[in-house]
Amino acid sequence: MTPFPYNEIVLEHFRNPRNVGKMENPDGKATEGSPACGDMVAVYLKVNEENKVIEDIKFESYGCASNIATGSIITELAKGKTLEEAKKITWKEASEALGGLPALKAHCSVLAVEGLRSAVRDYEERHGLVTERVPTTLETLHKRLKHVMNPLCGLDVVRTDLVKSLTLEDGAVKVEIALPADHQFAAVVKEDIKDKIEPLWDIKDVVVEFVGE
Amino acid sequence: MFGETTYLDNGAATRLDERVLEAMRPYYFDTYAVATSEFGYSVGITAREALDEARAALAAELGGRPNEFIFTSGSTESSNTAVKGVAMALAEKKGRHLVTSKIEDFPVLNSARALERQGYRVTYLAPDGDGRIDPEAVRAALEPDTALVSIQHANQEIGTVQDIAAIGAVCREAGVVFHSDATHTFTRVPLDVGRVPVDLVTVSAHTIHGPRGVGGLYVRKGTPLRKWMDGGFQEFDLRAGVEDIAGAAGFAAAAALITQEETDHIQAMRDRVIERALAEIPYTMLNGHRTERTPQNANITFHYVEGESITLQLDMRGFAVSTGSACFSKSLEASHVIMGIGGDHERAHGSVRFTFGRYNVMEDADRIIDNIAEVVAQLRAISPLYPGKEQA
Repeated sequence: MTPFPYNEIVLEHFRNPRNVGKMENPDGKATEGSPACGDMVAVYLKVNEENKVIEDIKFESYGCASNIATGSIITELAKGKTLEEAKKITWKEASEALGGLPALKAHCSVLAVEGLRSAVRDYEERHGLVTERVPTTLETLHKRLKHVMNPLCGLDVVRTDLVKSLTLEDGAVKVEIALPADHQFAAVVKEDIKDKIEPLWDIKDVVVEFVGE
Repeated sequence: MFGETTYLDNGAATRLDERVLEAMRPYYFDTYAVATSEFGYSVGITAREALDEARAALAAELGGRPNEFIFTSGSTESSNTAVKGVAMALAEKKGRHLVTSKIEDFPVLNSARALERQGYRVTYLAPDGDGRIDPEAVRAALEPDTALVSIQHANQEIGTVQDIAAIGAVCREAGVVFHSDATHTFTRVPLDVGRVPVDLVTVSAHTIHGPRGVGGLYVRKGTPLRKWMDGGFQEFDLRAGVEDIAGAAGFAAAAALITQEETDHIQAMRDRVIERALAEIPYTMLNGHRTERTPQNANITFHYVEGESITLQLDMRGFAVSTGSACFSKSLEASHVIMGIGGDHERAHGSVRFTFGRYNVMEDADRIIDNIAEVVAQLRAISPLYPGKEQA
């Protein structure tokens, strides 16, 4: 027995996380969570274009032990699987592979699973695998922005009124954010917005401007 | 200590000093009678004398008189008694408005919230970025029906010490009762009720190498205070229950063992941690005031990493520290103190509190910094937020 609330497998993954780090030119990537909820996971994929098998996967984590350990195990579970198989990996499977996680920490570990799914969807969108080609509308963009977290309070940027304006013209999107350009999280927010919107098939350009004081 | 563990969480609880235990022992095995009145039996009178002696010593530590100090079960009870007791005593005579701060410890904060649910109004003052409450802000918050002002002497997490002499003067001038929670300053930072116009002071034994479950409340003579736990007439009819004489003797013994030399040493360890952390580890900041802070407390935010991961890694390396991260807490809420001084979630999540005590040595301060530098570097290497990765 360890005196910690985590079992040995979790602790081992926490101490020596597998497949960790940034990936140069990933084929698919996604970030879930925000500093405000205390946990954040980035997932990067390298995919074989022929058979759609995940050949390499990396993750980064800002979070507690269960977040880091789940990120680690999820990369092990997904490596070598096809995109279709990877999409079906559940939190329960990840948790079981780790020998169980404290119930209180479930939300921290769910993020890694969501990160993997979002990274797969990102790949599919970037590679034209999403079959229905519905034209992007302001409503679509709004929905996407609801997945961008406002790092200041843990809610999305739409709900917290960080989005000052949103325009769409000929596939060019412009988003104005009510944060100063030199804000600690400006770069993170910008990257998150671009990541969420750029993959849409008919979007050519995304400009994020910081208009806060 | 705990085998190999280096314990740096003395703000939460301290190791009991053996000399304190020796001072307590007679009241468990020899003079174990209840404290009787002077007309009682002799062992009961001896017990009462021991209680009176401990009371006089602790009251004197604060510059008060023996009949101005009551024993309680700890800080939580002391602050509950002060805040609720005054609020209830003055509800009709004065009114139902209280003034406190956003960064109080939970006994005061949640007593105020409980009173709000009963129809009282509470003004929660915001401190400045260092955690200091402006006495003029207290003055501005006072209303004709303000019954009590409760501002802590020093903060539990960031260590900032308030100018309670100035805050007390504002209250005295306005004729408002003033309570201060001195749990984290008692015997370490001077507080003399003869010079500071404070009416009630919360103190505790658990932060000064005394027994847990023993605290005290200084109550200036004439302070309106409603007894809220019904029972016998102990503690000047302000706190019912059979007195814990061993606890009282232990508390007094613990207070007597604190020396200026020891406090200076503790402060030197604190300064070593602050100076080395800020100088040697990039993207760090001190939480709380640099000089107006308790001698035992260093609180530093390590940006771009999450506190529970830091404390767990340190635990595996044999160090006990605490963090303001939501993940560390039972409530999963980020520190209300860091948020209260204008910090954001990220600053709270990455904050680590180091609190020193009697059994720490300077080497502990150096070793914790050596280790935390490594742990933070490791966690930053896997953090998607860390901007310094390319250089690393």
